[in-house]
Amino acid sequence: MIDVEAALVARARKPGQFVIIGVSDDYGERVPLTIAGVDAEKGTIRLIFQRVGKTTAEMADMKVGSDLGYVAGPLGNPTHIEKFGTVVCVGGGIGNAPLLPIATAMKAAGNELISILGARTKELVILEDEFAAISDELVVITDDGSHGRKGLVTEPLKEICQRKPQPDLVVVIGPAIMMKFCCETTRPFGVHTEVSLNTIMVDGTGMCGGCRVEVGGKTKFVCVDGPEFDGHEVNFDLMMRRLGAYKAQEQRAHEQYKEHRCKIGLDD
Amino acid sequence: MTDDEKYLQELLAKEAAGELKPSERFKIPAQDMPTQDGVARRSNINEVAEGYTELEARLEAMRCLRCKTAPCIKGCPVKIRIDDFVGAIAQGQYDEALAIIKENSLLPAVCGRVCPQEVQCQETCTVGKKFKDPTQGVSIGRLERFVADRDTGDGSVPKVAPPTGKKVAIIGSGPGGIVVAADTRRAGHDVTVFEAFHKPGGVMVYGIPEFRLPKAIVQDEIDVLTKMGVEIVCNFVVGRTRTIEQLMNEDGFDAVYIGVGAGLPRFMGIDGEHLVGVYSANEYLTRANLMKAYKFGEGSDTPIAMSKKVAVLGGGNVAMDSARTAVRLGAEKVYLVYRRSEKEMPARIEEVHHAKEEGIEFCILQNPKRILGDDEGYVVGMECLKYELGEPDDSGRRRPVPIEGSEFTIDVDTVIVAIGNSANPLIGQTTPGLELNKWGNIVVDEKCKTSLDGVYAGGDIVLGAATVILAMGQGRTAAAAMNEYLAG
Repeated sequence: MIDVEAALVARARKPGQFVIIGVSDDYGERVPLTIAGVDAEKGTIRLIFQRVGKTTAEMADMKVGSDLGYVAGPLGNPTHIEKFGTVVCVGGGIGNAPLLPIATAMKAAGNELISILGARTKELVILEDEFAAISDELVVITDDGSHGRKGLVTEPLKEICQRKPQPDLVVVIGPAIMMKFCCETTRPFGVHTEVSLNTIMVDGTGMCGGCRVEVGGKTKFVCVDGPEFDGHEVNFDLMMRRLGAYKAQEQRAHEQYKEHRCKIGLDD
Repeated sequence: MTDDEKYLQELLAKEAAGELKPSERFKIPAQDMPTQDGVARRSNINEVAEGYTELEARLEAMRCLRCKTAPCIKGCPVKIRIDDFVGAIAQGQYDEALAIIKENSLLPAVCGRVCPQEVQCQETCTVGKKFKDPTQGVSIGRLERFVADRDTGDGSVPKVAPPTGKKVAIIGSGPGGIVVAADTRRAGHDVTVFEAFHKPGGVMVYGIPEFRLPKAIVQDEIDVLTKMGVEIVCNFVVGRTRTIEQLMNEDGFDAVYIGVGAGLPRFMGIDGEHLVGVYSANEYLTRANLMKAYKFGEGSDTPIAMSKKVAVLGGGNVAMDSARTAVRLGAEKVYLVYRRSEKEMPARIEEVHHAKEEGIEFCILQNPKRILGDDEGYVVGMECLKYELGEPDDSGRRRPVPIEGSEFTIDVDTVIVAIGNSANPLIGQTTPGLELNKWGNIVVDEKCKTSLDGVYAGGDIVLGAATVILAMGQGRTAAAAMNEYLAG
């Protein structure tokens, strides 16, 4: 987790929006990250990320006070917030981070808020206290049962959909596969389900088309049309394939980075 | 003295005596521009065309007939006094030639390289008409480049008028934005350029490849702006970071120029476009140029498909740039698939010629029907249809008509779609009262003013698809109108 000084982004940003960051001005990749929180007074935004590739590893290795190459944003359309009634927010792993500002805004708009937080194991459950503080009902669930219930988020989600009256809206943010199965869970109940997509992106302003997804049989751009879409319309299988496009090269860049750090005598 | 040098001296002496006849000028061989070897350059990103030598430039300039009517000027979107600058080159007065160009064009080193001269100034050249071939006309673009490249940039920063206290915001740092910035700054306004990317230069940096337009040239132009006192703010997405309304009502900007450039890339709307390995040309070129994917593993972290067999769809300059970039990124086979014939290709003739020299296979009168993928979602081929030319369509070009039952498959792992862009919706969505046409492009009057007072626009976002020179031309017009508006 890092707080980044970006006064203009902090000022303009609304729940659901993201930024594109780069660790170096010249050669770094451009990575979209959803804004997890903001301190308007200090002019900082909070980014929570998992160390998975070279850029996130470099960010994780940064010391307090060091500079990111750049931050551009806020990008994407803000979440549509209003009083729907009962809103279920489902977060998977690192997805809890972008979900928190949305859940907070939904609660503030007068909704009854049910939060479901899922993760592989206890250590990966983040922001539980923050969700507990705003939720009318909170379910924590881990794959291995090391914390909260044992199982997948789709189980409590299904139970909640079976209640009468049904929830009015479900918001899901997490890994693509998890969002896909949450949508399959809510579909038979006809509960509107919003998902926030995090695809591969270059510019984030509609120019490159790299972030395109198929929604309702039409090509949509996550950066200008999203990032939130009706999950029942999203073609997750196509999206997941595109997300894996650069796995081999990402791994190579990450390996090189680790090797380089070993050579200069740092840990990792 | 070489033979060519002697020849030039003889021609100059005759001209000075008023005895050089047009028939003698026609006899001067059209000067080819030296280029990097076609095979060698497949594996480097250095500039392909190396530019005229002094002797070549002067001989080429001597071919100009100095027509009284100067039809070339009519073909130039910014009306450069072409006959005068070419004449100055013939006399060896290069500074004078450059000064003449700079009266009307701010970016001669760029335009000399990327303008489609054969459909502008050179199309109307009398010498070309005589040979019934625009490529045999005077090579005005190469001459422009020649004098621009000789400019050492020894601090010749344009003069800036005393401060007016007025603030101008320019959205986008491409060719149009640069021109508006220079012209409004010269008038003494306080000018800020906002760029969404992390580097300024717009399409000249993310789009047009290094081998066609070295990035150092663009950087020089940006440096001139900075020296003039223009502020350039990168990573600032107008419409998101701040809206135009906020810039004008809260941040104190008195006038705004919208030059945001290419919008949403168009796709074909065929099956398979979501497969891994299908790129818009915008994405492919941005990864390669701006993000330096050609240096992956050597400092750059930008991944790009490791393509062996590439199909590029389209026949414009962007298609040529994509195909030639793919070659340099190591592709063994690059097909350029275009549904009309070569004659209808909108690309510059020089780019078509260079692409062929680099081994790109032109598949004309063909168009894809669907892109084929494997179980993992990677591109493995493309099914195409053969076409023939029918009656002329609205654009005056003969309409391509598919030949039924002519399906065939080509073996490719990457498909780059270079068939143009639709308007970017970002500014329109976030600027109430800004009039757009049915395609989403911004509507402007003849002075490039939009439906909002103090807000001007030009380039791709107005024209749909423009060139560097057209964007510059609109920037010129807009800047003049903005200066007038701010003075009033």
